[in-house]
Amino acid sequence: MIKNITCICCPKGCLITLDTENPEATIKGNACAQGFDYALGELLHPMRTVSSTAKITGAIHPRIPVRTSGNIPKEMIFDVMAEINKISVESPVKCGDVLIENVLSTGVDIIACRDM
Amino acid sequence: MTYDVAIIGAGAIGCAVARELSRYDCKTVLIEKENDVAMGTTCANSAIIHAGYDPKPGTLMAKYNAEGNRMAGEICEELDVPFRRCGSFVLAFDENDMKTVRELFENGTANGVPGMEILSGDEVRKMEPHVSEECVGALFAPSAGIINPWGFALAMAEQAVLNGVELRLSFAVSKIEKEGGNFVITGKNGEKIAAKFIVNAAGVYSDDIANLIGDRSFTQNSSKGQYYILDKNQGELFDHVMFQCPGPLGKGILVSPTIHGNLMVGPDANPGSGKDNTATDRKGLDHVIAASRKTTTAVNFRECVRNFAGVRSEPSTHDFIIGFSGADDHFMNVAGIKSPGLSSSPAIAADVVKMLLEAGVPSGKKENFLRGRKPLRFKELSPEEKKAAIAENPAYGHVICRCETITEGEIIDALHGVIVPKTLDGIKRRCGAGMGRCQGGMCGPKVLGIIARELKIPPEEILQNRDGSFILTGKTGKGGDADVL
Amino acid sequence: MYYDLVVIGGGPAGLAAAEEAKKNGAGSVLIIERNEELGGILNQCIHSGFGIHVFGEQLTGPEYAKRFIDRLSGTGIEVKTDTMVIGISPDKTVTAVNSAEGYLEIKAGAIILAMGCRERTRSSIAIPGERPSGIFTAGTAQKYINVEGYMVGKRVLILGSGDIGLIMARRLTLEGAKVLGVVEIMPYSNGLKRNIAQCLEDYGIPLYLSHTVTDIKGENGRLSRVTVSKVNGFEPIPGTEIEFEADTLLLSVGLVPENELSRSAGIEIDSRTNGATVNEEMMTSVPGIFACGNVLHVHDLVDFVTEEAQKAGKAAAEYLRENKDGVSGETIEIRNGANVGYTVPQKIDTGKIGKFAEVFFRVRSVLNNAEISVKAGEEILFSKKREQMLPAEMEKLIIPKKVLDAANGRTITVSAEEAEK
Repeated sequence: MIKNITCICCPKGCLITLDTENPEATIKGNACAQGFDYALGELLHPMRTVSSTAKITGAIHPRIPVRTSGNIPKEMIFDVMAEINKISVESPVKCGDVLIENVLSTGVDIIACRDM
Repeated sequence: MTYDVAIIGAGAIGCAVARELSRYDCKTVLIEKENDVAMGTTCANSAIIHAGYDPKPGTLMAKYNAEGNRMAGEICEELDVPFRRCGSFVLAFDENDMKTVRELFENGTANGVPGMEILSGDEVRKMEPHVSEECVGALFAPSAGIINPWGFALAMAEQAVLNGVELRLSFAVSKIEKEGGNFVITGKNGEKIAAKFIVNAAGVYSDDIANLIGDRSFTQNSSKGQYYILDKNQGELFDHVMFQCPGPLGKGILVSPTIHGNLMVGPDANPGSGKDNTATDRKGLDHVIAASRKTTTAVNFRECVRNFAGVRSEPSTHDFIIGFSGADDHFMNVAGIKSPGLSSSPAIAADVVKMLLEAGVPSGKKENFLRGRKPLRFKELSPEEKKAAIAENPAYGHVICRCETITEGEIIDALHGVIVPKTLDGIKRRCGAGMGRCQGGMCGPKVLGIIARELKIPPEEILQNRDGSFILTGKTGKGGDADVL
Repeated sequence: MYYDLVVIGGGPAGLAAAEEAKKNGAGSVLIIERNEELGGILNQCIHSGFGIHVFGEQLTGPEYAKRFIDRLSGTGIEVKTDTMVIGISPDKTVTAVNSAEGYLEIKAGAIILAMGCRERTRSSIAIPGERPSGIFTAGTAQKYINVEGYMVGKRVLILGSGDIGLIMARRLTLEGAKVLGVVEIMPYSNGLKRNIAQCLEDYGIPLYLSHTVTDIKGENGRLSRVTVSKVNGFEPIPGTEIEFEADTLLLSVGLVPENELSRSAGIEIDSRTNGATVNEEMMTSVPGIFACGNVLHVHDLVDFVTEEAQKAGKAAAEYLRENKDGVSGETIEIRNGANVGYTVPQKIDTGKIGKFAEVFFRVRSVLNNAEISVKAGEEILFSKKREQMLPAEMEKLIIPKKVLDAANGRTITVSAEEAEK
């Protein structure tokens, strides 16, 4: 089966096509190597980053922006959101601080995206 | 307790009557179904104090308009309400229109309108260069003016409250009964108010209120009018109110600067559109644009800041209905207040109060009729005054609404004023935050935060405008539904 | 109070412009920011995807802003936050107010305008209907959700498929709202393709192309129903109405450069961009006043804002150093030709560019096999092929100096047309 995949690696958004029978040999339309990897990954085990906010006390705002330090399996997006929503951190927090280590054993951390 | 007078409806008329009554030692209550004053027709109209040449001599409209115009100027001066006597034109595009112009001139003369002139098309274009070449002449009336209509009503209501009038908001009258010679007014939530006299100033709902005491002497129809408000770069196009000749449905499409510096174009007329119907529709808005082209083609409608529709009164009598009801001589109708109602309101109020006093309302004059504090309008201050204002209160140095340059200090003042607003639009009506080109997109969250802080209420409870118009639906962080994946 | 350079706005444009000006020798530099902190709109753009061109990595908005904010320390660049500029005069006096210092009159040697843009509202596109609560511009909703921590609704329809609309569709879904759809009047989306994929397709959110909102109804003060109709061009087609039971309508219907201050300084505004008319150094019609970022023209990528701001910053430093604004070569006007909505800059001084000039523009319609051409009159001076061109994507055209020299002072036009097969 021929499958179309819009690459999300950069703003260019290449439309990549592949044949699911033999994906590696048929990937087309990617402008870079990252796109090749993305298309293959998207077919076998789609991954996403998640960004959201977490509760913070004693800071300029009530929520601090956070994100996953890397990609997590797409089907775990809402599980990761639930984990983020469980925490409450106290100011001061530094950009890059790990707020949840190895979230849901994904090997990825939840990190703060700014000083606050 | 029993009030001497209960005024039903806190629009321009109700507020003007309340203010006038508050000079006397009588106990007055001003009842309003909405959560703030000036929420109905008073808030959504052409914002003009008419000169008085429109009404046919002999009508109540003719009786009150020119006098109301003069009094409105005084009240605005006294209460520091933005008002500019800029003058108005009625444009003629053919000989038939010129005939109307001459008739209006005659009307105006009979009604006591000062300073009118009939001008040629060229004379008009000399004063207003963007007027169409098709214009052949016009009536010019220098006494017409532009006003902040809700600010006018609000200032009068505030002065009334300051002088002892009690204001009951969110009180929708559902029943009026007579007990022991007094009225008992029941609200939708069961609350009761007793009063010796009632003034029915319920605007488009005044026939419904009159019906509650069995007065079916008039019906009150409504006609929706839709408007464009354009950005200030369009406000510069005209210095005067530009009418076309009136037709059977009213004064027609006008193009006018507003007191806030914008340009207003409208209204269309939709008789029988419903008392609650303030929705705009494509057809009506397109008609407004098309009809305005007759006056001028200079307006860039892409600079639209806001569209709105207002409901105006169309009484079955085609004139104001002012006087004690045939059904009860303690119940006074001040109804059928169509255009020029806003302009006439001060003169109507003076007459209404005179009639009430004659009918036995306590007439002792208060020794001190309080005036109230002038609101500080930061952007209108000179540099020196700005410096002084910020030195006295640093909140005046914190600009919240960037489109209209409204400071936190002005918003705090509004929140601690005589009539406390609890809504974003209440703040907008009082100090102008959110009225500009971004329509509160930028300052809305900040204003909401200031209301929550100053009034100590949770942000989720703060409303946009009417009861039920909540803005936020809870806190974030509750997670989502994985099934969408 | 005097500063050599006053930068108005502390978002991505202002930050990069100030830094670059300082680096190139500008003396005293002041950034004036109206909000309580630097970073501008980036602070509420918590999603990832910023910085691929400038840093070669994917950052969230706050992270991207932080890179520039951190670099200010030690430079001597001064910052006034919570400070609103209320006037700019042609003699480069900036009037501002804040709570701490009061009313400020700041004389500037040069000014960089970096005030950004604002969102178009319901009224700017005259959406008819009732006026209940629950109608937000996408950016306002984003601020409530990402900064204040409050939800704006439960059942949401989004009008406009620009990037902010798409990003908010995903954000609202992650926070538990039901996004009923994204409605787009054009036959194509105005957002980046990757945002269609990861914000809509990932969550099964339908995209209604060639549709628009034609009526709005409320119940008890809050939005309750939105009517959407198919359009023919821009005209709704009767009988195609779809009713959505939504309590919230988000509008992502365009951005407008915020130039009221610029107008007060007498700066010439280009009606196509709603931003200042600038030359290749981002200098406006008032010598010594520069503009960059979304106040100049609306960008789709912050990375390009940064690059443009750096250009303005460098030029402002040069202006201060040489204290001249004289034209050093020939000034060539650039007009938009077929299918091109606008160009920035609108004029180029050939004496001030290096080997080439960069011209940004947007096409008016989708082109699948495009040829961009630069012409002087009927004479084609330069052309370039481009695979696909979309109105949503800002295009950068690099014009060699020798092409501009060949124009010989004549006005040039930039066009983009389907290439002949």
